[in-house]
Amino acid sequence: MSIVVENLTKKYGTQRAVDNISFEVSTGEILGFLGPNGAGKTTTMKIITCFMAPNDGDVKVNGMSIHEHQDEIKTKIGYLPEHNPLYHDMQIIEYLEFVAELQGVSKAKMPGRIAEMIKVCGLNAEKHKRIGELSKGYRQRVGLAQAMIHDPEILILDEPTTGLDPNQIVEIRKLIRELGKEKTVILSTHILPEVEATCDRILIINDGKIVADGSAETLRKQAQGQEVLKVRIEDTPGKDETVSALQALDSVAIVDPVSEEENMYLINSNDNQSSKRNIFNLCVKNNWMLTELTPMETKLEDIFRELTTK
Amino acid sequence: MKPIWIIAKRELKSFFDSLIAYILIVAFLGISGFFTWLYGSDVFLIGQATMQPFFSIAYWTLFFFIPALTMRMIAEERRSGTLELLLTKSVNDWQVVLGKFLACLILIAAALALTLPYYFSIMSIGPIDHGAVLTGYLGMLLISMTYISIGLFASSITTNQVVAFLLALFIGVFFLIIFDVLSNSFTGWFANLYSYLSLSTHYESISRGVIDSKDLIYFLSITIFGLVLAEISLSKRNIVE
Repeated sequence: MSIVVENLTKKYGTQRAVDNISFEVSTGEILGFLGPNGAGKTTTMKIITCFMAPNDGDVKVNGMSIHEHQDEIKTKIGYLPEHNPLYHDMQIIEYLEFVAELQGVSKAKMPGRIAEMIKVCGLNAEKHKRIGELSKGYRQRVGLAQAMIHDPEILILDEPTTGLDPNQIVEIRKLIRELGKEKTVILSTHILPEVEATCDRILIINDGKIVADGSAETLRKQAQGQEVLKVRIEDTPGKDETVSALQALDSVAIVDPVSEEENMYLINSNDNQSSKRNIFNLCVKNNWMLTELTPMETKLEDIFRELTTK
Repeated sequence: MKPIWIIAKRELKSFFDSLIAYILIVAFLGISGFFTWLYGSDVFLIGQATMQPFFSIAYWTLFFFIPALTMRMIAEERRSGTLELLLTKSVNDWQVVLGKFLACLILIAAALALTLPYYFSIMSIGPIDHGAVLTGYLGMLLISMTYISIGLFASSITTNQVVAFLLALFIGVFFLIIFDVLSNSFTGWFANLYSYLSLSTHYESISRGVIDSKDLIYFLSITIFGLVLAEISLSKRNIVE
């Protein structure tokens, strides 16, 4: 089930929370929504889930517009809102029954679905407690369970792993990845490793605009442009000779000896070329000892920083 | 229709789980029973087999009790964010408002039904005007509907329960007293308008045993007006300039 967002704009007063953004998500894709606080992630999600109407633009869920087919769209979506609001005076099972009934799960299927959600979200030990008595992590699981109770084809999760301990985070990520195989998932988060671990595609938004769109790898390449290698070569006659020998290689653009560490060089290659083989061959030919060759990756953090602090 | 009932069911359950329902029923029966049987212009003082003392006291107890029921309903959902949860399920704004309205009305109807023993007791004391009792109960239900819709509207425009409670009383006082007073201090067209707006005018004729379509239309239109306003204030988030 696909989601197509077209020229979406939402204003709060004069501020544009979401500014003319367009993107598509297709079935089996997990889209990570990344951005600093107040970038427009939550607003976009609220519009897709038909909670709020946009000032301009449209969202089409499987071809159905949010302006016309709200009821049908709502049944197809499972939504975990930000801050995970829940009725604290209800018991877990009672609450899941309430949500299942609202989402049109038939009486016959309901006990099965609830049992499955309790199992999948690891709520078994606590299932008779009131939601108000649960710890934050368990509440988050209840939030996930209610989002998935009607087996929706689209899952929209606003910061699904906040408040969970590291073990639970790993479990929930695994669960999201599994669900993402057949469903369409959009999740938002501040946690960068989480996006890398779970998402097929990353969308970075800042000030209501999309500033980057692609997989973690493509984003890295875009940010980096050229290959950067960190190389340690020992048993060389001297620093200057080594630099000039390296510089003489076809694929190498700049060689920069690292001053703090001996025998260490930073090598930038020409665009779209790799110097790894050339460097290795050079060392073999001259009988130098190549003890380290590390491709320098731009971290997702750096990309995020660069894109969102301009 | 179904979502309305699902929401009403949850609200009712939460009334009973949180003891609000029990407290309300006990207090309602206690206060109305006290004034019907024991104190003030009670049945024995009047010396007639009539439910009138009960209805005139219930008229006021409901005025205070219903805002206490409704104040939480939307304000709390808005404050805690569960409104978003609810409205992103396959439920629309109208179903939420109507579900909550229905839950309140059912609880009040149950409280009123529990006063039927008063009726049976009075019936055994002397000859009672059964018609007046019937229309009296109908009048109570109609008044409850208007109180509930005013209460829901008050609850829908704030996130603070106390504000919602006081606001509902404030709006209610206009219909109960102020319009009546105004109608007495004006003449002509204004007097008629205020007298028409006053809830007590319409209630009196019903409690006397006269069911006039004009009164029914009055109660129902205030109810609908209140609910429409509540719905509008819920869907305000969707309004785009």
